[in-house]
Amino acid sequence: MNIRFKFMKFRRIAAIISIVLFLISIISLATRGLSLGLDFSGGTLIEVSYEKPIELQSIRDTLEENGYSNSQVVNFGTNLDVLIKVSDQSGNSSIGENIFTILEKQGGPLELKRVEFVGSQIGDEFLEQGTKGALTALFMILMYVAFRFQYKFALGAVTALAHDVIIILGLFSFFKWDFDLTVLAALLAVIGYSLNDTIVVSDRIRENFRTERVLEPIDMVDLSLNQTLGRTIVTSLTTLLVLFALFIFGGELLRGFSLALILGVLVGTYSSIYVVANILMSLGLTQDDLAVPEVEGADFDEMP
Amino acid sequence: MNKFSIYQYLLILIVLVVGTIYALPNLYPTQPSIQVAYTDSGKSADQTLLNELEDILKKASEDDIQNESNYIEADEETKAKMVLENAYDEIFLRDNKIVIKFNDVETQLSSKTILQKNLLDKVIIALFLEPSTPAWLKNIGANPVKLGLDLSGGVHFLLEVDIDTLQNDRLEGLLDSYRKSFKDERIKYEESYVKDFALHFKFSDKGSYNKALKKYNEESQAINGLQYVITERPSTNEIKLEYSDIAVREIRDYAVTQNLYTLRKRVNELGVSEPIVQRQGKDRIVIELPGVQDPTAAKKIIGKTANLEWRLEASTRTSPLRKEKFNYKENEFQTAFLEKAVIITGDVVSGAQFGFDENNQPQVSIDLNLDGGRAMQKATSGNIGRRLGVLFVEQKTKSELVTNSQGESVIEQTTYIEKNIISLATIQAVLGTRFRITGLSSQTEASELALLLRAGALAAPMKFVEERTVGPSLGKENVELGMKSIIIGFALVVIFMTLYYRVFGIAANISLIINLILITGVMSLLGASLTLPGMAGIVLTVGMAVDANVLIFSRIREELKEKEPQTAIRDGFSRAFVTIFDANVTTLIAALILYLIGTGPVKGFAITLSVGIVTSMFTAIMCTRGMINLIYGNRHIRTLKI
Repeated sequence: MNIRFKFMKFRRIAAIISIVLFLISIISLATRGLSLGLDFSGGTLIEVSYEKPIELQSIRDTLEENGYSNSQVVNFGTNLDVLIKVSDQSGNSSIGENIFTILEKQGGPLELKRVEFVGSQIGDEFLEQGTKGALTALFMILMYVAFRFQYKFALGAVTALAHDVIIILGLFSFFKWDFDLTVLAALLAVIGYSLNDTIVVSDRIRENFRTERVLEPIDMVDLSLNQTLGRTIVTSLTTLLVLFALFIFGGELLRGFSLALILGVLVGTYSSIYVVANILMSLGLTQDDLAVPEVEGADFDEMP
Repeated sequence: MNKFSIYQYLLILIVLVVGTIYALPNLYPTQPSIQVAYTDSGKSADQTLLNELEDILKKASEDDIQNESNYIEADEETKAKMVLENAYDEIFLRDNKIVIKFNDVETQLSSKTILQKNLLDKVIIALFLEPSTPAWLKNIGANPVKLGLDLSGGVHFLLEVDIDTLQNDRLEGLLDSYRKSFKDERIKYEESYVKDFALHFKFSDKGSYNKALKKYNEESQAINGLQYVITERPSTNEIKLEYSDIAVREIRDYAVTQNLYTLRKRVNELGVSEPIVQRQGKDRIVIELPGVQDPTAAKKIIGKTANLEWRLEASTRTSPLRKEKFNYKENEFQTAFLEKAVIITGDVVSGAQFGFDENNQPQVSIDLNLDGGRAMQKATSGNIGRRLGVLFVEQKTKSELVTNSQGESVIEQTTYIEKNIISLATIQAVLGTRFRITGLSSQTEASELALLLRAGALAAPMKFVEERTVGPSLGKENVELGMKSIIIGFALVVIFMTLYYRVFGIAANISLIINLILITGVMSLLGASLTLPGMAGIVLTVGMAVDANVLIFSRIREELKEKEPQTAIRDGFSRAFVTIFDANVTTLIAALILYLIGTGPVKGFAITLSVGIVTSMFTAIMCTRGMINLIYGNRHIRTLKI
């Protein structure tokens, strides 16, 4: 058996890094919160495109004159595109159109690219649904892994997922990146992806525990990690390749989404190596846990 | 030894062929087109209208090219041909509408303006993109993938129906009718009011309390269950009446259905080729208008309210100053004089239901709220025997050609109010919060009257709770960005796989191409909308789809260390299968939940992700294996490069 990298040698350091990152994320989330995008915060957003660059300050002044003092005006992508956000809690749904009319009068030919209005109640609902959805996903996956593997693996998998999700949320909170529905979607995809990785590793650990009866658990885990390392790297690499393509060429609307996924793939790859294996080691996974060769694996062997 | 049976190859082939056929329609370009329908929804477009449109467009086309030199020089026959070519590509009748296809967007837009200027309010014209899918594909239901609003451009509205107001109105009406009947039956009460969606009565003595309770219990029995929840408080002689869950649900369904009906009619006026007006959840209505670029105008029409006015018929003695002449809605030649004084308007109407009276004759029963009931009582008490008219009040828009300051003729829209009589019936008794209109000639007439009354009443007020407008340029931009990301991501992965895995990599790449075709085919087949995040989902699938192949290949590499090539290939595939299966099921769970909680664009992501997972499993396990078997299966190999 050749074990090229002794991954588990660093398991304590890795555990400390993970715990520290996790705690920082929690603290950041608790103190700074997430900067919720329009989908969750409610309000109005309007994106217009000018034919020639315009001073943002002049737009701000005009809006202020017209009673929209609570608006944010920023460039979006290029310096021709301007994004205006108004957080209005009264639920007035025609702010977007009003602002467009005002800007049209102010001068400069401009084009309406998009208007989004989300009532605050809808925003709250999205947030509630999103949270519920993420939790349901975690729970169902826990059930599936527990059913297919063993509860120690399930615990490892879910800890890894919680670890990934919290750290990504923490990063979004720390850097004040906008958290909207697409980022939530990315987060759920990360759950799927990270689990993918976790399962491949767990699967190999399970297999080795059943076949290689001579090694110590720590070596068994190292062996499994080494065996799956090639695959882990290649898959992460191809996924990162497409995600960078998306991040660079996918435009402003998908930036948060691809960013969350890129972070997810990085953190997910790390966690499938260190978090899952670490938990398994801490829980004291023994050969007895997996002693009886289950039939389910055999079922599929005959399939192509 | 590594051989597929003929059936396995056949299965791959069938899936591939079906997938390709359903993906095919996406290769055909779309053509800018317009759709013309009569404004009056009762009239369907015919050959006459088609000829009229043809003439207008040909005339405009002739004006357009008559100064060009090659036109002037051409003979008559060529001239006619040139005019026709310049006018439009194709014109035909379809589903009561006329479809005209053009070769470019400029002609499409200018033709729309020309037709609108010539025909004004006679027709509704909608812009859309007509897919040029061949008939044989259409016949088997193969259509191009639908684009979500973020890609096609358009408006998405979410409206919420205010059920609370309606429920309160109904309770107020109920309060009034109970007060009246308690008075008639000499049931004495001290207090009566509506509070927190409940009707409260405090009775003066035990006798009244018991009589009222009995009456409540009797009236609570409805056909589909208990109408009210009655809370008794015998110690203080108080009774509280609330609508039961069934009754509340009925009120809600009534209001939402009615609003849906009204909204559909209004959306039709907007001239959108494929509008969606749907109930969403308990009390919301979603409206999607692809291609609509002006949310303000759309909102104006959607938010337009119809109204009702009840007025007494003018008698012979009514002074001409106090009466007005109106047309009937159904028959424009029939008119009647009504008094100018309005008794009640649509806002006090809380319900109108079509049904049958005790003689099995069609009737419409009407519910008013408290104020409405009072006004009606006052107006009718001295006028039994006279006729009472109901006017349907509509906001309409009229288009006119006007010359603007620059001297161009442009279409100007003005709104005006139109009032028509929908019912004129003799008052038989003093009316209150509940009354009915009988003596209707047919069942159809009765149900139509009920519909109009409800449309005028607008069952419950609505408010916009969400709006998303995507301009056409942004939609186009999004499609380009999405496509670019898919192509670049795809190219990167293909290059990487070829360099890293050689022959096996090429097999994986072919699987990846098949995968993309299958995703497109399945999306077309499902009729699911493709959104920008959906395209991102495809990109992500491309990256993740190779995972299954990578798993298999690395497994084969490992097996090769101990086993001879053929066995290594076989064991590599079968060992990797379990892992692939487990890993994908969990991602599928996440995608499924995303589908359930997401809306619009995010749902699109969940769909492409799920579809991608399933197709990538199929391609990795079946297609790659098939190819490897074809390459290596039948021969003895000493070394395997992977």
